[in-house]
Amino acid sequence: MTDGPAPVLEARGISKGFPGVLALDGVSFRLAAGEVHALVGENGAGKSTLIKVLTGVHQPDRGELRLHGGQVSFGTPLEAQRAGISTIYQEVNLVPQMSVAHNLLLGREPRGRLGVIDASRLNALAADLVAGMGLRLDVRRPLRSLGMGAQQMVALARAVSIDARVVIMDEPTSALEPREVDTLFGVISDLRAQGIAVVYVSHRLEELYRICDRVTVLRDGRVAHTGPLGELERVKLIALMLGRDTTDVRLRGQTEFAGRHTAKNGQPVVEARALSRRHQLHDVSIRVRPGEVVGLGGLLGAGRSETAKAIAGALPFDGGAVVVAGHPVRKGSPSAAIRAGASLLPEDRKAEGIVPTMSVRDNIALAALPRLSRAGIVSEAKLDRVVATLMSRLRIKATSPHQKVSELSGGNQQKVLLARSLATGAKVLLLDEPTRGIDVGAKAEVQALIDELAAEGLGVLLISSDLEELVEGSDRVVVLRDGAVVGELSGDEVTEEAIMNAIAEGGGVDG
Amino acid sequence: MADTAAVLPKPLGSRTRALAWLQRYGVYASVLALLLFNVAFTPHFLEVANFRTQLIQVAPIVIVSLGMALVIGTEGIDLSVGSVMALSSAMVVLYLGYGAPVAIVAALVAGAIVGASGGALVAYAGVQPIVATLALLVGIRGLANVLVPQLTEFRNPTLITLGSRSVLGLPLVVIIAAVLTAVVAFVVKRTIFGRQLVAVGGNRAAAKLSGLPVRRILVTVYVLSGLLAAVAGVLATARLQASDPTSLGLLMELSAITAVVVGGTPLTGGRVRVLGTVMGALLIQLLQATLIKHNLPQSWTQMVQAVIILAAVYAARGRKK
Repeated sequence: MTDGPAPVLEARGISKGFPGVLALDGVSFRLAAGEVHALVGENGAGKSTLIKVLTGVHQPDRGELRLHGGQVSFGTPLEAQRAGISTIYQEVNLVPQMSVAHNLLLGREPRGRLGVIDASRLNALAADLVAGMGLRLDVRRPLRSLGMGAQQMVALARAVSIDARVVIMDEPTSALEPREVDTLFGVISDLRAQGIAVVYVSHRLEELYRICDRVTVLRDGRVAHTGPLGELERVKLIALMLGRDTTDVRLRGQTEFAGRHTAKNGQPVVEARALSRRHQLHDVSIRVRPGEVVGLGGLLGAGRSETAKAIAGALPFDGGAVVVAGHPVRKGSPSAAIRAGASLLPEDRKAEGIVPTMSVRDNIALAALPRLSRAGIVSEAKLDRVVATLMSRLRIKATSPHQKVSELSGGNQQKVLLARSLATGAKVLLLDEPTRGIDVGAKAEVQALIDELAAEGLGVLLISSDLEELVEGSDRVVVLRDGAVVGELSGDEVTEEAIMNAIAEGGGVDG
Repeated sequence: MADTAAVLPKPLGSRTRALAWLQRYGVYASVLALLLFNVAFTPHFLEVANFRTQLIQVAPIVIVSLGMALVIGTEGIDLSVGSVMALSSAMVVLYLGYGAPVAIVAALVAGAIVGASGGALVAYAGVQPIVATLALLVGIRGLANVLVPQLTEFRNPTLITLGSRSVLGLPLVVIIAAVLTAVVAFVVKRTIFGRQLVAVGGNRAAAKLSGLPVRRILVTVYVLSGLLAAVAGVLATARLQASDPTSLGLLMELSAITAVVVGGTPLTGGRVRVLGTVMGALLIQLLQATLIKHNLPQSWTQMVQAVIILAAVYAARGRKK
């Protein structure tokens, strides 16, 4: 191991086991002051467990933690926080009803006489903190009135203001818009300049290369690699995470999409005609033919999810029409859309997708129950057959169909939702960010599945913020901006550059 | 292997596992323990007459709790059940002149209508279940009192049969409760409606996106709860041969909620344990009987009941972490 500058935080030979699985197996991790350290690995590699050990949520079975050279052990997250280790989770854990200022200074409010909170000083202090991070926002507003990005900034501002020496960020950008990501990275650079160490966990390779100095790759509970990130080729990094040969990965390209599909001619399997909805959609028209993957490009808030939801009946619209397989579909009715053959894979898997209390089997069958029953009584045999077929077809890894869906990994949960759509006998799949937040291996599998399904004649509408995925996966790409179609690319025109140009210029394929 | 980690159930600590066991089977273990205690220490406990009494007394609680379990399964709650019992009792008295069958049907229809109103408030007006059914709890009790202002006795042979007859040695009331339990269990386990109501409780947004008729399911669930409460009201009235809307079904909602929660159905919805609910009702009944037989006052029962509720909620909470 190299001797860099003295580490702020160091983990030595950490092991942590849970019944049936050794989550960490002799992991060592050094974090130097003023560095942004990427922590990467597939789901199940041990990232979350390592973070939980570093922040006092879990106690290691073996090994030791050293902070500023001295051995420490954290019994609770609070002890870790007091020692200067702050964590910012994917979901912001602040109090949404309280003002930004109250959140920033929660528990440390300036008090006037009689111990009453001094509101004007509170707001002034908070305003300073926020301004210090280059943010412009009214600290008196309730937190929940802010966008996800701004809320995350507030969480970060709070973490830094508690005199943190180490800030751990777990997927901080998953809910941010590109503009907000830029702000966040500005703040991270400032932290680095102040000598604060940042642990940065993300699935987005782009971001890692933009902001991180060093990287530690975990695989199966062990350290697979640690070193400067700049010197590490992307392909090599992916190979380290996957545990595959570099050449293997390079050959396959970076997504699992095989290439163009041969769309069958004939009538479109789904057609959106001039969909309009106040403030959200303006005359959006899209057609998808059987066997075709149509990508929806655009930034967050461009109306991509709204378009998919409107087609799926989950969002009422003011004008326009949706036609599935030649039949007009009643608007605002998910069940009508499903009966007609359009099924949505929602963007937010947890909130709108899985039913955590139910089994894998019941989750898969959920939308197809009317097809799997007679006179209101579910045919268990029929259901078992459909579930077994889909589970093996989509390679869903579960101990049994009766395992609770909440116990599966993110990637497998996503496949369960895909199975739910297929069980309805869908002719067109509306996939909203199908690979977001799942590990690299599962991502590749889902991409391969999308390919297979299209090859079998399904129409696919694909929404993805991952440009690479969009380009490699789609036969055509319709680009949206501010709720309107601003470009359509097909064949060889489908490139990352062309999509970005379309977004930037609102038209014109050439940049 | 990363795969193994993904496939294995999330690692559970021994404490969490104990709590999970407690939530699922604690009620069975407690009923068993109480039975054994009584066999050992309560005189005349093993006599048939005693068992009959216990079962007859628990039957209305079981019936009401079945409906409550369905409502709680959708992440709702129905506080109106006790008042619905009173209303159905009042309806029996009012319509007895037209014959017992008409009176019973009138009582059941009244219960269903109250349920439908609660369901409509929840499903269409977006009122929180606890608020909607609290309003009904107060209002319907008042209505029942207006309809039948004082204790009214009657003698009707059909109702006497319903309330007091036995078939093959089993009280009719108990048979009805058992049949209803079987029907509700079947509905939950085997029908589309049963699966859908559990999904509505587990994740309403997902249920909606999957094309489930969420509002219709919610209304139906409250209608069933009202209907079952009315059945319990009719049976209690038939047994008493009297209607007393001021006291009938008082605090029944609390017993029912306790039975459901103690039986392992979480208040957060997404799961319905029918047999557990019946066991929960039995537990409360046995506890009451035990304390009374050992000459401890009713207030003791309430305090012990409180401890059991807390234990059940604790087991459910600890498991979630």
